[in-house]
Amino acid sequence: MQTHKPSASKASDRPAGREGEAPSGYAGGGGDASPYKRMKAIEIRHLKKTFNEKTVLENLTLDVEEGEVFGMLGPNGAGKTTTIRTILTLLKPSEGQVKVWGHDVETQPREVRQVLGYVPQEKAVDRFLTGREHLTLVADLYHLGKTEARKRIREVLELVDLTQKADDLVNSYSGGMKKKLDIACGLIPDPKVLVLDEPTLGLDVESRIRIWEYIRRLQHAGLTTLMTTNYLDEADQLCDRIAILDRGRLVALGTPEGLKKGLGGDRVTIQFGPQQDRLEELAGSLRKELPFVNEIKVSPASHELEIRVTSNEEALAPLIQAIHQHRHPILAIQYSRPTLEDVFITYTGHKIKEDSALL
Amino acid sequence: MKWILQETIALTMRSVRRLSRERISMVFGLIQPMLFWLILFGNLFQKTAQIPNYISFLTGGVVAMTVLNSGLSGGVDLLFDKESGFLERLLSAPISRNSLIYSRFIFVMGITSAQILMILLVAYILFGVYPLSGLAGLAFILVVGLFFGLGLIAISMTLAFAIKGHGNFFALMGFLTLPLIFLSSALVPVQYMPGWMGFLAQFNPMTYAVDAVRSIILGGWLWTDILKLLAILLVFDVVSIWASSRVFLRQLG
Repeated sequence: MQTHKPSASKASDRPAGREGEAPSGYAGGGGDASPYKRMKAIEIRHLKKTFNEKTVLENLTLDVEEGEVFGMLGPNGAGKTTTIRTILTLLKPSEGQVKVWGHDVETQPREVRQVLGYVPQEKAVDRFLTGREHLTLVADLYHLGKTEARKRIREVLELVDLTQKADDLVNSYSGGMKKKLDIACGLIPDPKVLVLDEPTLGLDVESRIRIWEYIRRLQHAGLTTLMTTNYLDEADQLCDRIAILDRGRLVALGTPEGLKKGLGGDRVTIQFGPQQDRLEELAGSLRKELPFVNEIKVSPASHELEIRVTSNEEALAPLIQAIHQHRHPILAIQYSRPTLEDVFITYTGHKIKEDSALL
Repeated sequence: MKWILQETIALTMRSVRRLSRERISMVFGLIQPMLFWLILFGNLFQKTAQIPNYISFLTGGVVAMTVLNSGLSGGVDLLFDKESGFLERLLSAPISRNSLIYSRFIFVMGITSAQILMILLVAYILFGVYPLSGLAGLAFILVVGLFFGLGLIAISMTLAFAIKGHGNFFALMGFLTLPLIFLSSALVPVQYMPGWMGFLAQFNPMTYAVDAVRSIILGGWLWTDILKLLAILLVFDVVSIWASSRVFLRQLG
């Protein structure tokens, strides 16, 4: 099994936390610590965690850059929640070091808590409080002053579209609304880094899309986000970079695009008629003639060529033309781009949902 | 310091708001001890008891029992917060861990004090039980309740943390409560108990809480007795708070 994929760790080019922009509204933007150079929002070095001699996290090293949406992807039991809880100072590392915004989680837990906003996995809301009372409680726990708290609560309620329902008991909220309130609570302290544990687990499609939209909007305002997910499409759509964890180990790290490209490009599967017996020969000439072909696998039994091309549909037309020139009639052709699912299977050897019975 | 105050007030207000929305549980919480113990149990045993005014005698016991019940369930909210993940949210905030504990003490002792006053009021109206030490005695009864309650809440919160699942927690509480009541002077004076029960009752902090309240109601200002009993309760507090803080520190970091 491979470890980190160096070719894939290309920095993102999304408008993430540009220093020149005045980050207004929902995030402090982290301008005050070092205004000109990007700092590491979270640094994890050789993190190991064992519970009763069972290792749940082994030698994890990764950085979350300021302004990015960073996703931790993996099945249940991969070590995502353990990592999150360590970052939140709720667990102590067995070995290694974790720093959040430059503060060590072990020696400066209070400073770490002050810069983090946390949205737990369960809908951790008190059903006997109203939405506004929740937010007021959280504001007090982060020591906001009265006027500041009121202003913040108004802003955050607006962001998650809960202004209308703010004074209703949480008991009457739908699942999606509870999650929105959860996110609102995480945003109250105006955090440098927002930590979301499975933000859309168990939500309906509409709420999921809504929550993705908030996360994007917050990113534009300069907020750094660390999230866990076991939805591959979510990681693909939202995250600038992802870390794939499996059984307590980091198995891949990079941008979704980079990871997909790292698999060797898009795949063209071409099926020929049974009378074709010169496939090896054809493969050889295609390799020679076409620069965009990375790799060709020949399956004589099924009369198939599996061709990896540089991820670009433009490869398709020249490819067909070349095959045509070699007088090989094509029976069927299939073109597919690698998905994160492919990436996941390549690195872990299994599907993501395999051992997550809860889904 | 200012922060601890802000945190503690916010957390206490949360409990108050919750309670105000669970009116039924509030009403029954107030009525239960006096209805069950004072009115039903008291009247039932008035005739058979060899104590002249059994209900006056029992009032001290009922006060202590109320503190026992409230105190031992003082950790329940924490337990549910733990299970719902709300505690995780609280602990990930930059708050002093003590604020969580202070707010529980304040809230539970506030409720318990209200219950005690209700019991004493009903005992006065229905049975004419009036503390010999007068209104100042009333305040002192609350102090005794506070001393007894403090240690109980600490124990309850510790168990809420240490025990897995609320089913186990309630099973243990149910198991503990009645023996603690019967092995104390709440219902019968220690000298009337079978020898071994009287022996065990000496180690039950409940006995000292009951004796202190009873002394204030029936005996007036017997300072040496009262102070001695309060000192014993104080030892109970110190021991249970010390033990709890060790468990807490291990769990909360």
